[in-house]
Amino acid sequence: MSWDSLLQTAFIISLITSGIRLAVPVLLAVLGEIITERAGVQNLGLEGIMALGAFAGFAAAFTTGSGIIGLLAGVLAGMLLGLLMGYFAVTLKVNQVIAGISLVLLGQGSANFFYRQIFGVSQRPPRIAGLPEVPIPFLADIPYLGGILFRHNIAVYFTVLLVVIVWVLLFGTTWGLKVRAVGEHPSAADTSGVDVAGIRYACTILGAAFAGLGGAVLSVAQMKLFTENMVAGRGWIAIALVIFSRWHPGLALAGAVLFGLADALQFRFQALGFEAVPYEFLLMLPYILTIVVLLAGGRRGAAPAALGIPYEKE
Amino acid sequence: MTALVEMRGITKRFPGVLANDHVDFVLEAGEIHALLGENGAGKTTLMNILYGLYQPDEGVIYVKGKPAIIHSPHDAIQLGIGMVHQHFQLVPTFSVAENIVLGLPSRREPFLESRRQVHQRIAEVSRAYGLTVDPSCPVWQLSVGEQQRVEILKALYRGATVLILDEPTAVLTPQECERLFDTLLALVQSGKSVIFISHKLDEVMAISHRVTVLRDGRVVGTARTQDISKQELARMMVGREMRPIEKPPAAPAGPVIELHDIWAHDDRGLPALRSVSLQVHAGEILGIAGVDGNGQAELEEVLTGLRRPSRGRYLLAGQNVTHASARELFAAGLAHIPADRNRFGMVADMTLAENSILGMEGQPPFTRLGMLRYREMEGHCSRLIHEYDIRAPGPAAFAGTLSGGNAQKLILAREISRRPKALVAAQPTRGLDIGATEYVRRKLLEQRQRGCAVLLISTELEEILALSDRIAVIYEGQIVGMVDPACVDIEQLGLMMAGAVKEVCELPPRMPAGPEGNPIEGRRP
Repeated sequence: MSWDSLLQTAFIISLITSGIRLAVPVLLAVLGEIITERAGVQNLGLEGIMALGAFAGFAAAFTTGSGIIGLLAGVLAGMLLGLLMGYFAVTLKVNQVIAGISLVLLGQGSANFFYRQIFGVSQRPPRIAGLPEVPIPFLADIPYLGGILFRHNIAVYFTVLLVVIVWVLLFGTTWGLKVRAVGEHPSAADTSGVDVAGIRYACTILGAAFAGLGGAVLSVAQMKLFTENMVAGRGWIAIALVIFSRWHPGLALAGAVLFGLADALQFRFQALGFEAVPYEFLLMLPYILTIVVLLAGGRRGAAPAALGIPYEKE
Repeated sequence: MTALVEMRGITKRFPGVLANDHVDFVLEAGEIHALLGENGAGKTTLMNILYGLYQPDEGVIYVKGKPAIIHSPHDAIQLGIGMVHQHFQLVPTFSVAENIVLGLPSRREPFLESRRQVHQRIAEVSRAYGLTVDPSCPVWQLSVGEQQRVEILKALYRGATVLILDEPTAVLTPQECERLFDTLLALVQSGKSVIFISHKLDEVMAISHRVTVLRDGRVVGTARTQDISKQELARMMVGREMRPIEKPPAAPAGPVIELHDIWAHDDRGLPALRSVSLQVHAGEILGIAGVDGNGQAELEEVLTGLRRPSRGRYLLAGQNVTHASARELFAAGLAHIPADRNRFGMVADMTLAENSILGMEGQPPFTRLGMLRYREMEGHCSRLIHEYDIRAPGPAAFAGTLSGGNAQKLILAREISRRPKALVAAQPTRGLDIGATEYVRRKLLEQRQRGCAVLLISTELEEILALSDRIAVIYEGQIVGMVDPACVDIEQLGLMMAGAVKEVCELPPRMPAGPEGNPIEGRRP
């Protein structure tokens, strides 16, 4: 393989297309975590929530034969772990870092456990049909751009829509104003008649639902199977991207696509047998990018002021 | 006619404290009702119960004659009760308008209303009561007085008919206080009622129609302000006659602390001290007066080695210590009572014994061959507990369990037991009750008598006037004037603190007192 082949149009188009697709699970987790953190709760359990979402999505899709039901199952699994995180963070007021990490272990462990119980361990893991590609009429026929933007499965379109919805929710609604107040200054919100605990529960559950959906997209729409450790650090990368995005859905989209491109490039280099660099280094690409992005994104200046701090009256 | 608000038999317990003990409180429509008491008397607790932040253990509340159940501030707002807290409850990153509408339904739910509409409605309310403020300005850019106006506006915008103000003048200059009082009178004239929490007698006398005095969680009495004297109120509040602090004449000697043209930046890199020059002599107290946030914190830090000045010279007892560390200054004989005692004064998770030797831990007799000697430490601490009347279970107790007054006494004891040459005391009585306040002030005067150079930074004007031999006024990082407390004109001092008058020459001592006699007595709140 040579450098020339990397610059061919077909290669670039397929790279960007798959970069966008690969960005989706991470983007969902980032959007969810932005909502959660805007309310002042730091949920570090994304990695585990995505794992359980991936398993639940796969299992439901395998049983029912419907990819959409699979995605809904992922949402439900996420909400369940979100409720648990809310109980830890809001009701018990425990250290959120520790609660989050325990959620990672719980999510990964239970996903693997239930998978082995139900599907066993085999050389050829069971597969599902996944989600069909839905080209958008007319737009899909635009040269180059049509293939990149308008020939995706429904999860991709829905995720882009969610970027806008989360944006409006946080900055255009009365509920969003309450969420941001709770994350910046909970006692001010409380004295203004806002239910701090209620908002934090809602945002933690909603955020985890997004992460669960992200996990389900990974298994149902992309890999079309479930393997242990298939989330492969995406939950952690999402947390880094929340900081990079400065808690804003718009920048989250940019950050996630950047990450998706790095991931897609790494896959392609491996597949093409690009030998100039050992493939282990290529595998590192998304993670190195995350570190670079964090350095560029700067300090936590834009973080909600009450992030990770339980609210106590007086 | 039924009362607007009636609280009957309110009792509230916190672990180890009976904050309110069968308190009765009645607010009539159209009055300013002062709630007077020392720190810890239970005033704020009572009002937090009325505002729904706490639930009473016993007792009932009636609003307009009907029993009211107030589970949350939301319920209180529904009943027309608004509260302005001592520590403002505003989101600093939000605009004024966002803070005002926070938690309220909009006219086009679920979306926020357009800025223009909200700003217009806020402008209507602010015009009606003369509370001018720019609705689009972020709150963090506002002065303290403006933030208070936003808080009042916020309550009125929610349709409050009862306005509770918790120690509203603590952070204001005398001029801002006047303005606040004008607003309160305008509110009452338009039919609202005000509950005014305070521990300052002058204010209560000046502004309220009736006053209820609380002491140790119980009501001592309620009276019409015009029927009662200041002395009677003071006795009700403290439970004994207040003795004015006696100050023997000063015998200042040579300069101990000398600052020459000191400049320093704050944490954000902005200039915080601008060419500060001053001297503190042995045997005198120099008071730094000023509204909070005008460079006092940076001055304290520069003096104690916690912040590097960017320019200038700092001499301690003739020795150049401009770039000395906190430890070097400590060794050179500087003692420090920090404004933020929980962060800089002591370690809450360590015992009293450990706290009592902080800074001296490397010295004999507390250490030998690099090992701490706990018996010596505990002996030292026990002596301090006894000598300074610190109410604590013993040297092994954790410092975090002490009340504010006793924690401050421990810090004071540790610092002055070293017999320092100079003492920097920042807000030494902030948050303390009258007993502890009096104690701390006496100890500062004792140090002055002993020949220590004391620099007192305080935002309590009364404290500055009572203790200082000379007063330096700080405004925006500059010393804008140096005055003699014996013959100061309080209006003049207020204008200087607000930055309206600069470059006031040093008044010659022994000028005849102003027309209002004693400056503390004659001070208008």
